[in-house]
Amino acid sequence: MIQTIAFYLFAVLVIASAVLVITARNPVHSVLWLILAFFNAAGLMVLVGAEFIAALLVIVYVGAVAVLFLFVVMMLDIDFAELRAGFIRNFPLGILIALVLLAELVLGIGAWQAGALELGTPSGQAMAAAGRDNTAALGGVLYRDYLFLFEAAGLILLVAMVGAIVLTHRYRPDGARGQQDISKQVSRRPEEATVMKQPRVGEGVEL
Amino acid sequence: MIGVEHYVVVSAILFVLGVLGIFLNRKNVIVILMAIELILLSVNINLVAFSAFLGDLTGQVFAMFVLTVAAGEAAVGLAILVIYFRGRGTIAVDDVDRLKG
Repeated sequence: MIQTIAFYLFAVLVIASAVLVITARNPVHSVLWLILAFFNAAGLMVLVGAEFIAALLVIVYVGAVAVLFLFVVMMLDIDFAELRAGFIRNFPLGILIALVLLAELVLGIGAWQAGALELGTPSGQAMAAAGRDNTAALGGVLYRDYLFLFEAAGLILLVAMVGAIVLTHRYRPDGARGQQDISKQVSRRPEEATVMKQPRVGEGVEL
Repeated sequence: MIGVEHYVVVSAILFVLGVLGIFLNRKNVIVILMAIELILLSVNINLVAFSAFLGDLTGQVFAMFVLTVAAGEAAVGLAILVIYFRGRGTIAVDDVDRLKG
C-alpha cells in the first residue's frame, strides 16, 4: 500500500517537473525543475530496489550535470526572451508529434500486455543472488561480465573531459597571468626550481 | 500492486516530454540539452524497471553506461555552447551555420 502511494507520488512529481523543465520561462528555473525530476526518478528506482543506480543518479546528475548546467546558464549573458519567440508557433506541431509518439509507445505496451510479443528471458548468470544487496550484486556483474565495457566507459569520460578542456581553453599570446607555457614547463630543471634550506629551530625560513 | 507496466508508462511519458521539449524550445540550446537529459533519464527508468522486475542485473549495468554517456555529452555540449557564445554572442540555433562552407 505505502509502496503504491510512494510510486504515484514520485511518478506524478517526475512528470510534473519534466513539464515545467520544458515550459519554464527562465532556464535557471528549468535546471531547478530538472534537479527535482532527477530526485524523483531516483525515488522511483529505490522503490524497485535499485539503490545503487538511484544513488548514482543523485551524485552524477544532481551533483555534477545539473550544477554544470546551472554554471553555464548563469555564466552566459543571454537574452532568453528572444529565444522563446518560436514557442507558441512550434506548439501545435510539437504537441502533434508528441501525441503520435505517445500513442505509438502506449500501443507497444498494449501489444506486449496482450501477449503478442515475447520478451527475452533473463540470463541466469546475471540474476540477483539472494542475500546480497544491490550494490554488491551489481559490482559482481559489472566487474565479471562487463569489465571491458567498464574500461571503455572510463575512456569515454576521459575523452569528454579532455575535449571539454581543449574546447574551452583560451590561449592568449600576451602572456597573461595563469597562462600555460608548455615549453617552459617541460624545460624546467629541478636545480632551478628547488632550494635546500636548513632552518634553525624557532627562526623560520627565509625564501 | 505496482508492476513493470506502471514504470514503462511513466518512462514513455517522460520520453515524449523530452521530445516535446526539443520541439518547443527550438532556439534555446540549453533547454534542448536538458530535454535530451530527460530522454536519457526515461531510458534509464525503463532499463532499471525491466532489470528489477525480471531479476536480471544487466539492465542496471547498462543504465550506468547510459549515465556515463549522458555526463560526457552534457560536458562536451556545454563546452561547445560556451565557445559558440564567445564567438557569436548568441546561442540561437537558427544562426548555427558556420560549418556550412
